[in-house]
Amino acid sequence: MKALRVGPLPQAVDVGRRRALKLGGLTIAFLWTATSGTASAAINARRQPGDAAAAAADGNPPFAPNAFIRIDVDGLVRLVMPNVEMGQGIYTGACMMLAEELNVGIDQIKVEHAPPNEELYSMPLLGGQITGGSTSTRGHWEVLREAGAVARTMMVTAAAQRWHVDPSTCSVARGVVTHQASGRTLGYGALAKSAGALPVPLKVALKESKNFTLIGKPLRRVDSADKVYGTTQFGIDVRVPGMKIATVKACPTFGGRLVGIDDKRTRAVRGVIDVLMLDGAVAVVGDHFWAAKQGLDALDIEWDLGDNAELTTAKLREALADASQGSTPIVAREAGKKPADGKLVEAIYQSPMLAHATMEPLNTTVWVTADKCEIWVGTQVPTRCVAVAAKITGLPEAKVELHNQYLGGGFGRRLETDSVEQAVHFAKQVKYPLKVIWTREEDIRHDIVRPMYHDRISALLDANGRPIWYGDRVTGGTVLGRWAPMAMEKNGLDTDAVECVAEVPYDIPNLKVEWVRHDMPEGLLVGWWRGVGPTHNLFVVESFMDELAHTAGKDPLEYRRALLQKNPRTLALLDLAAEKIGWNAAPLPARVGRGIAVGEPFGSRVCLIIEAEVAPQGEIRLRRAVVALDCGVAINPSSVEAQIQGAVLFGLSAALYSGITIKRGAIEQSNFHDYRSLRMNEIPRVELHRIANDEPPGGLGEVGTAIAAPALGNAIFAATGVRLRSLPVDRSLLVQNAAALKTVVAGTLDGAGEPANGAARRV
Amino acid sequence: MFVLQVNGEARSVDVPADMPLLWVLRDVVGLTGTKFGCGIAQCGACTVHLDGQAVRSCVLPVGSIGSRAITTIEAVGQTPSGQKIQAAWLDVDVVQCGYCQSGQIMSATALLARTPNPSDGDIDAAMSGNICRCATYVRIRAAIKQAATGKAEVLQVIAPPVAASRVGTPGTAASGAAAPRAAVPSATATAGAT
Repeated sequence: MKALRVGPLPQAVDVGRRRALKLGGLTIAFLWTATSGTASAAINARRQPGDAAAAAADGNPPFAPNAFIRIDVDGLVRLVMPNVEMGQGIYTGACMMLAEELNVGIDQIKVEHAPPNEELYSMPLLGGQITGGSTSTRGHWEVLREAGAVARTMMVTAAAQRWHVDPSTCSVARGVVTHQASGRTLGYGALAKSAGALPVPLKVALKESKNFTLIGKPLRRVDSADKVYGTTQFGIDVRVPGMKIATVKACPTFGGRLVGIDDKRTRAVRGVIDVLMLDGAVAVVGDHFWAAKQGLDALDIEWDLGDNAELTTAKLREALADASQGSTPIVAREAGKKPADGKLVEAIYQSPMLAHATMEPLNTTVWVTADKCEIWVGTQVPTRCVAVAAKITGLPEAKVELHNQYLGGGFGRRLETDSVEQAVHFAKQVKYPLKVIWTREEDIRHDIVRPMYHDRISALLDANGRPIWYGDRVTGGTVLGRWAPMAMEKNGLDTDAVECVAEVPYDIPNLKVEWVRHDMPEGLLVGWWRGVGPTHNLFVVESFMDELAHTAGKDPLEYRRALLQKNPRTLALLDLAAEKIGWNAAPLPARVGRGIAVGEPFGSRVCLIIEAEVAPQGEIRLRRAVVALDCGVAINPSSVEAQIQGAVLFGLSAALYSGITIKRGAIEQSNFHDYRSLRMNEIPRVELHRIANDEPPGGLGEVGTAIAAPALGNAIFAATGVRLRSLPVDRSLLVQNAAALKTVVAGTLDGAGEPANGAARRV
Repeated sequence: MFVLQVNGEARSVDVPADMPLLWVLRDVVGLTGTKFGCGIAQCGACTVHLDGQAVRSCVLPVGSIGSRAITTIEAVGQTPSGQKIQAAWLDVDVVQCGYCQSGQIMSATALLARTPNPSDGDIDAAMSGNICRCATYVRIRAAIKQAATGKAEVLQVIAPPVAASRVGTPGTAASGAAAPRAAVPSATATAGAT
């Protein structure tokens, strides 16, 4: 895998598990994929065989030295984004990496969505044109800077040739080459043709970090203005001439089928054009969404509810617990051996299924004609979408044209192609372009959910209360096994399922971590959800660390400090967060507590301390969140702050409110009233303190989410003495006494009198 | 047939009276800046102004509007409060995925227009109907305060005010032009949000 060129990552693929498991998330899986045979293409800083055709299709610019940079004769610099933008700020980060070495201002560029093209835009860490797993910056940190340097070098060479001077006597700033001695200048536009005819240099020099002019600066996002003015085009905003709009209903039960419909009332709805059927779903097409929705509501549908018609969450939970005891586990990692002596501490943790609920409901616009299938969608997997559309239409992939769009949130949901497949199936039945929009109800009831987990974790403590062994048996379905089965390990292990528990930051000599695969009933699909394995495992591990500290009679901060003495980089974060929140500096009011969580997910390191208050009635008020982060080089510190703030709140939102439950074979939740999200009046102050260094960048988009739940649970324990071992938070366990339920929450909270949420206050 | 006053222009639409304004704007008038998020007035992505007041257009029957002035994200920048809010949104760089932000900006603008100096409690009350799944709330709060006071609240991004933006065209891969920026960074970053 020669394309693997990211700084902190192993340079060869035959890395030991210890090292590889530090990569994080989806990454691990695909390192294995890449080793397993088929050499996948990966992005390259230099021109590839497919580049000529790609550039020709992209306005045929005179200068296109690689797949990312196009410079036209008028000097316009167009940058093609290998990843997709779903809020994480990667368009800005990628532009900064390219522009840093290209020596252009971030104001001088225009960004373009990449077309589907595995050869040119495949993420080396994922083995495909995929955006996920917090890999984008890690995977592109070197190659995009190098791509910029290649282009700059060619521009300088072209100018030097024209002036008959040595290239080393020329400098570049803001897209203008200057010959220092004579003061002559040539802009990139004027040089584009001659530079484009030059050979691509094999070796280029990258700037030292002290010479960066863009990287490390808090620049405004390149997509900010359009989003503020409402002009950004998301998938759902696409308007194609002649387009009709459909909304759909799939069988409510997992794996159920359509028996038949009576569409008499539907056809009578003004604006309804067509009623379309698939094996497990119906669509009503209208002149506009409202006609389609009214038509669908009027449709009489008969479903065959199938084998899962009686399925409930309780049944799934019971089967999961049984599997944890009865099935044969796969050993994910074992080190040392279990000592004979010590105090045994054991606990069972349970994590719920979760829906993604991206703000933009799933949608796809498709136009199928005799010899072409055109698709407009915001997706994390553009090439996978092309492949499924080709299969469904019977067209060759070259005849499937996909236009990627800005994504109104992804969180892993748009790593799936189910909604695109469904839209192509429907669009194939009509002659006009068809936009299929899922209602919010459809979006939640037919999510591909984060799996539920059942974890039995235990530890042996020595006489001082220090862990000398820990064991964890994770039981759950496998996302990887469905989504990329070839990436499973030879012994059947799903490495994502044990990430951040097989490896912990602490110095614990002996351990055994196992995984029991327990597949969900057919039709109940499980998928990637922001933070993937680490979100689930850090909740278990870091909550349990708190249990151990409590058992040992130690302060949770000091307990962790003692175990991090050999890990100075992470220890520094623990100390920083503790200092900033004033750990133990002053007594806290009654029923107010602070909880710590530490982790090393996605190649970054993080410590979060949450301060929460639990009302006598069990309601929770988040008072403060202090994050200490070491993510190596921060390309854009403003984006880093935004991602951490948002991701921590996303994780807290899930821990406080989110859980998908099943009744009669169908998801019970349907919209934001019963699948709740944190709102403005509930957020705490969120502070980020970053340790800056020159280490290569770690992943970021999921770090805050993965660390959120255990910090909250530990804070609740500190406030109430109640240990929460399942999510979402069950407030009934936190009620102080029966009398408390006769009072109102607002009057009892410590901070009730002060202005809510000092998020914006300076400290 | 209804004649709607949309962003200062009279628009005739031939739609059923019970059709929510959201879909009239998006699918009939062709203004897609106003977003569909839930359809039941739970998330606020569809927020527009009726005579300056923030309303959820996904549950507002078009037949109930009459001659009241409809303002959407496409024109809210022409109001003094809208202009201040959008400028602050850019200075603080609020957006992430951006899908909810039209609604957030409409709610914030209505707040600022009636409460020029909103307290945290005022912000909670006005903004709690708008969900942001990216959870940009910290910066939303900061931007509203900044719009009200004119004082920098948190980390400021390096970029001058933006003059205009571009509309993407369907069917083309390109979209999202970078905003015009000064040659030299014009603002100094503070150390963080604290």
